[in-house]
Amino acid sequence: MNDRVVVIAGGLSPERDVSLRSGRRVAEDLKNAGFDAQVKDIDANLLADLLADPPTCAFPLVHGVAGEDGSLQEVLQAINVPFVGSDAHSCRRSFDKAIAGSLVAAAGISVPNSIALPQAMFRDLGAGGLLEAITEKIGLPLIIKPNRGGSALGVTVVRDAAELPAAMVGAFAYGEVVLIQRYITGTEIAIGVFDTGEGPTALPATEIVPDSGLYDYTARYTAGTTEFFTPARLPDNVLEAAAETAVTAHRVLGLRDWSRSDLVVDADSRVWFLEVNVAPGMTETSLYPQEVSASEVTIGELLAGLVKRAVARA
Amino acid sequence: MTQPAMNPGSRLDPWVASYAARAQGMTASAIRALFSVASRPEVVSLAGGAPFVSALPLDEFADMTAQLIRDRGPTALQYCTGQGDEKLREQICGVMELSGIHAHPDDVVITTGSQMALDLTVRVFCNPGDVVLVESPSYVGALGVFASYQCEVVHVPTDSEGLNPAGLSEAIDRVRAEGKTPKLIYTVPTYHNPLGITQPPQRRAEILQVAKSAGLLLLEDDPYCLLGFDGEVPRAIRADDADAVVYLGSFSKTIAAGLRVGWALAPHGVREKLVLASEASVLCPSNFSQLTVSEYLATQPWQEQIKGFRALYLERRDALLESMEQLMPPGTTWTVPEGGFFSWVTLPEGLDTTAMLPRAVAGLVAYVPGTGFYVDGQGRDAMRLSYCFPEPDRIREGVRRLSGIIETELDLVSTFGPGANIAPHSKRGPSTPSPELP
Repeated sequence: MNDRVVVIAGGLSPERDVSLRSGRRVAEDLKNAGFDAQVKDIDANLLADLLADPPTCAFPLVHGVAGEDGSLQEVLQAINVPFVGSDAHSCRRSFDKAIAGSLVAAAGISVPNSIALPQAMFRDLGAGGLLEAITEKIGLPLIIKPNRGGSALGVTVVRDAAELPAAMVGAFAYGEVVLIQRYITGTEIAIGVFDTGEGPTALPATEIVPDSGLYDYTARYTAGTTEFFTPARLPDNVLEAAAETAVTAHRVLGLRDWSRSDLVVDADSRVWFLEVNVAPGMTETSLYPQEVSASEVTIGELLAGLVKRAVARA
Repeated sequence: MTQPAMNPGSRLDPWVASYAARAQGMTASAIRALFSVASRPEVVSLAGGAPFVSALPLDEFADMTAQLIRDRGPTALQYCTGQGDEKLREQICGVMELSGIHAHPDDVVITTGSQMALDLTVRVFCNPGDVVLVESPSYVGALGVFASYQCEVVHVPTDSEGLNPAGLSEAIDRVRAEGKTPKLIYTVPTYHNPLGITQPPQRRAEILQVAKSAGLLLLEDDPYCLLGFDGEVPRAIRADDADAVVYLGSFSKTIAAGLRVGWALAPHGVREKLVLASEASVLCPSNFSQLTVSEYLATQPWQEQIKGFRALYLERRDALLESMEQLMPPGTTWTVPEGGFFSWVTLPEGLDTTAMLPRAVAGLVAYVPGTGFYVDGQGRDAMRLSYCFPEPDRIREGVRRLSGIIETELDLVSTFGPGANIAPHSKRGPSTPSPELP
């Protein structure tokens, strides 16, 4: 009988729809690779199902809170179900952009100046003065984003301080803590990392060129609105530095199996780390599948390798 | 330094340069993504306009449809005429009699829901750039149709009695003065979606008069007319003029939305074009659905069933209104519907319901932001709440959650100052109507 893999997708985060699409694609690719794969949502039946009929392996693909913050992984660890991807602890610190950024920066990687604060701090200290002080310290332009979350939901680029309050409110709609970060202009790239037993390996970088100038939710999930170049149109030495950055971030954060780092390369060819994803999007417009397509491994080989490694770990 | 190899870019859609201009607005949106969460049972959805079909006599429905297949399967499962089943058209005329409409079955065109009737009507009347005049706010699904035919939508002011005739007249004059071509006036006169209000008889007469004076066709969308809580059925505008009005009706709200049976009642010449347009689009509406509705009307006590729906929706409306009265923050106002599915809620100054929606969904309650019912960014401070689907206790729980979300949002606005809570908007909310938003 084939190994049974439960792809866990959906959940209650704003990225539910993206997650379901990722999950269906991965399940299909796993089936094509010879696995008995099925998609299950995070709901009241999931735990009972996993306990009653434990799969050979779980493949968490829930994006956002519960899926990438380590919660789901904590549960899978508790019930001894092998799973693809990083453990709960590593997920938790990677999902928090401020913590991940500081850990990666400590390893010598360039990370844009930023500050993460909860809403209460703005209320208690006075938003006007605090925003002014932060803006003065970090400098415009800024990018405002929920400290925990993905798919660019609640993200705004602020070029004028007057836009800052609305951007803050937009980000706080998606989380209790907001990251205010220096916006680095340059070539936006993403680099997937995989490790099927031979150490973390970088996939070819994908360069992202959204028509609107901002790789927001619409640009991410409407085919045709963004142009992608894989590998990115950057000199080899810059691509190598970017790949090294992604692999270093993967190692520093204690990640395993796979991840995707979002980076930007500025005009001086300096590579900046922005954030890392422990359950990268796998939809038809997502970056990771494009990178796999441009690599020497097939998606089936890669997914099969990840599953086998997860099972061997158990 | 090694020069980068040239590699072609990919847009992941080889047809991106081939799409028609009318497809430009058809994009993924974060708001639509949020509605995928709203479908989960943990979320109290006060967003969708789905009727509570669990209250239908499902056993009788099952027996009836089984009998239909046994007796008339080869017919029910076959194509039919583009205009729709003749007997059902006769029955529809009987249903419309309740609204004061005396019509001939030949002038009825059965469609896949009244949404299709709306689509066909706009298709046969509107060229790109033609103007459709609509209420402020207007049904989100209609705005989607107008956008897909590249119509320009002009919102006309409304008051407590609905579409304002003087405002309508002024808008028509203004549009013409600008050199544009107004084509249609679209109105939901009874238990309006999303406002929940109903035009009184005098108002209907005035609107009809404005339309006739201007030589514009009135599109009367009337899916909720049998769902008045007092049991009275308001007299349709179409009842007083057979030539100036295309009347849209539906069984989606009164019987079963899943059957997708609606209709248009149109002047003779218009009807001919609607039939041809329908045939070009779908050949014919579902014969099985039509015969199911026809059989239901012929053999089941459907008026009693709708009476049951009215009582059920009244209880839910009361649950909504009472809990809002108890829990909503000062400065919040809402309409009091006398029928239908919806109340329009206006929040205290400075709040933006689109910006607030992610927080609401995370708090397990959903609504439709007011901007979805406008083409021009209006409606930021408003939301549509529907009471048709959740049971009364769930509605109360939903309002409890929502009031907490609003309190938190007020705190946020107070922190960052007035005007902070203005999310960047596209021209419209949902770019195309979602099944969540009928």
